[in-house]
Amino acid sequence: MAEPAVPAPPQGPAPWRNPRVRAVAFQVVALLLLLWFFWTIFNNTLTNMESRGITTGFGFLDNTAGFGILFSLIPYDETNTYGRTFVVGLLNTLLVSGLGILFATIIGFILGIARLSPNWLIGKMALVYIEITRNIPLLLQIFFWYFAVLRTVPGPRESVEFPLGAFLNNRGLYVPAPQVESSFWFVVATFGAAIVGAVALLRWAKNRQDTTGRRFPAWPVSLAMVVGLPLLVFWIIGAPLTWDIPELKGFNFKGGMRLIPEFIALWLALTLYTASFIGEIVRSGIQAVSHGQTEASQALGLKRGQSLRLIVIPQAMRIIIPPLTSQYLNLTKNSSLATAIGYPDLVSVFMGTSLNQTGQAVEIVAMTMAVYVAISLTISLLMNLYNRAVALKER
Amino acid sequence: MTRFVSAVAAGLATLVVGAAGAQAAETLDTVKERGEVSCGVTTGLAGFSMPDQSGTWSGIDVDFCRAVAAAVLGDASKVRFVPLTAKERFTALQSGEIDILSRVTTWTFTRDTSLGLNFVGTTFYDGQGFMVNKDLGVSSAKDLDGASICVGAGTTTELNLADYFRIQGMDYNPVVFAAISETAQGFESGRCDVLTSDQSQLYAIRSKLEDPSSAVVLPEVISKEPLGPVVRQGDDAWFNVVKWVLFAQLNAEELGVTSDNIEEMTGSDNPSIKRLVGTDGDMGEKLGLSADWAANIIAQVGNYGEMFERNVGMDSPLEIARGLNALWSEGGIQYAPPVR
Repeated sequence: MAEPAVPAPPQGPAPWRNPRVRAVAFQVVALLLLLWFFWTIFNNTLTNMESRGITTGFGFLDNTAGFGILFSLIPYDETNTYGRTFVVGLLNTLLVSGLGILFATIIGFILGIARLSPNWLIGKMALVYIEITRNIPLLLQIFFWYFAVLRTVPGPRESVEFPLGAFLNNRGLYVPAPQVESSFWFVVATFGAAIVGAVALLRWAKNRQDTTGRRFPAWPVSLAMVVGLPLLVFWIIGAPLTWDIPELKGFNFKGGMRLIPEFIALWLALTLYTASFIGEIVRSGIQAVSHGQTEASQALGLKRGQSLRLIVIPQAMRIIIPPLTSQYLNLTKNSSLATAIGYPDLVSVFMGTSLNQTGQAVEIVAMTMAVYVAISLTISLLMNLYNRAVALKER
Repeated sequence: MTRFVSAVAAGLATLVVGAAGAQAAETLDTVKERGEVSCGVTTGLAGFSMPDQSGTWSGIDVDFCRAVAAAVLGDASKVRFVPLTAKERFTALQSGEIDILSRVTTWTFTRDTSLGLNFVGTTFYDGQGFMVNKDLGVSSAKDLDGASICVGAGTTTELNLADYFRIQGMDYNPVVFAAISETAQGFESGRCDVLTSDQSQLYAIRSKLEDPSSAVVLPEVISKEPLGPVVRQGDDAWFNVVKWVLFAQLNAEELGVTSDNIEEMTGSDNPSIKRLVGTDGDMGEKLGLSADWAANIIAQVGNYGEMFERNVGMDSPLEIARGLNALWSEGGIQYAPPVR
């Protein structure tokens, strides 16, 4: 039973004449070449290091580090491993970058708005500040805050005393440390509950205003909730909190909490430097919003502050976010200048001391670079998510 | 197009392979061909390696590199000095950027065995000490509980410090700086109570303070710090040359050959001296050098004792006594195998 002959499908062009096939083929070849190139470098490095008797591998991470670190967020001493010095350095980097980003943003927004102030003095002061800080190299600013300012602060025995048991000297800023008893967690829990309650109240009030037009003083009430309730609980359970006040013992102050000068100098320099860039970004973002929007909002009877807060800034944010992200990335990467003044960040502790003691440059540098890439990509991701949330939605 | 890409990739790969291959070649030949010794030194430490206003380097580490240049190239001035921080030094040597690392580097087990490097010998026997501000009224390192201590990053000093305070059961706050000048500045600005380093460096840093008499060096020496030049492992010819440059300087001092009397000593009948200055035997040839290799070192740089006194000894601002660094025959431990 012969099948009727199926007519052969119309013959297309030969595969190498098909642009689709060709495009894919080129990309595959390019990718393979790239992989081969990196593999060769990798393999070469390993072979050469082995032939010269240089130790390789990540086994060193379990060895005892044997050196001290000035400042650590987690318990650390000389008997811990190199792996732990990595974590200590990483946390210190995150701390200074995180606080730097937070304060640079706040100061930057204030600067950007001040730059546009109709008040001549405020506008020019912001301008002068921005032009000075963003035109001086960051490393010089770090040295300025560290060496120039530090030299004027007295030694521990002539400390400047502040009220409530705080002291300032060239070893740092010492403040009393809160010592909490276990029942203090009730206060913390109340505080958390009060915040949840306040958020719910604000939503309810907004909803009601949207639907009925009636207003409710939600802000003062929620503020009273967040501050008042924890205080009330604190007082009822008998104030379970004492303060560990710093005292001069021997060379230095003991007790209390301490902010080391290396941290203060680095944080100040990073914050003030980046803030001036953010200020300009905010200014340009605001100016990019059409003036018609401001005029329209004034025509509706909004005050200047209201029109800025409700009309201009939400629109400006869409322009501000992308360049703001790169400033955050810059600040994080610039924090590696810590090594110049001895703040124990990742570069100083891990790529500095640990690298030298173990001599495993390739592994340590690779790990450090991977960390910065990971931090930067995380910041980018978060900012992109936020950008998507505020971006103009076309309906 | 593809052919072009693969050609470029292959070219790049050969470049990488080729560059790595060339480095493993004999350093001695490379140096002779280049006509220059590349020498890693500090970024500035009085007495060891320090540039003056005109950019001329001086110091005992610097002189040692000059001695190598005199032996290999016959001209002590053919050295290129590469200033390195403690953090950069081993990588610079491993990667072939420098031929010798002569940078107050302590000879330790780990460094000798795991870095792919070899220590040549000891140009300076040192030990770690503490320098404190005189106003503190501290007379012993045992009184330093709770002190803030300035220390250089990536040094054995950092580890010895941790060990010492742990053994003594005392607390300390290490403030770690990348460069020697910043460490000194941290101490001078009062950020630290104490600066710790090898004793020789303490004297060097103190001599550069605004008021050197404001600081005192405590008597305790808490570690052994044999400082010496380092070369890459697996290049025995170069290792031998650098090693015997040091031994030649020591032997010259022992035999009384100095830069002043080298002329008359070349006519000496003493067989030891004849072998050293190359008028007898073929010592230079065995190293792959000219016969007058050692005579060049002594004439242009001097023997070990001259090098020491000029840079760090009593003739210098550092005023360090010979102590352990005296010859074995004079109560020290500097001892070189004979040239035979």
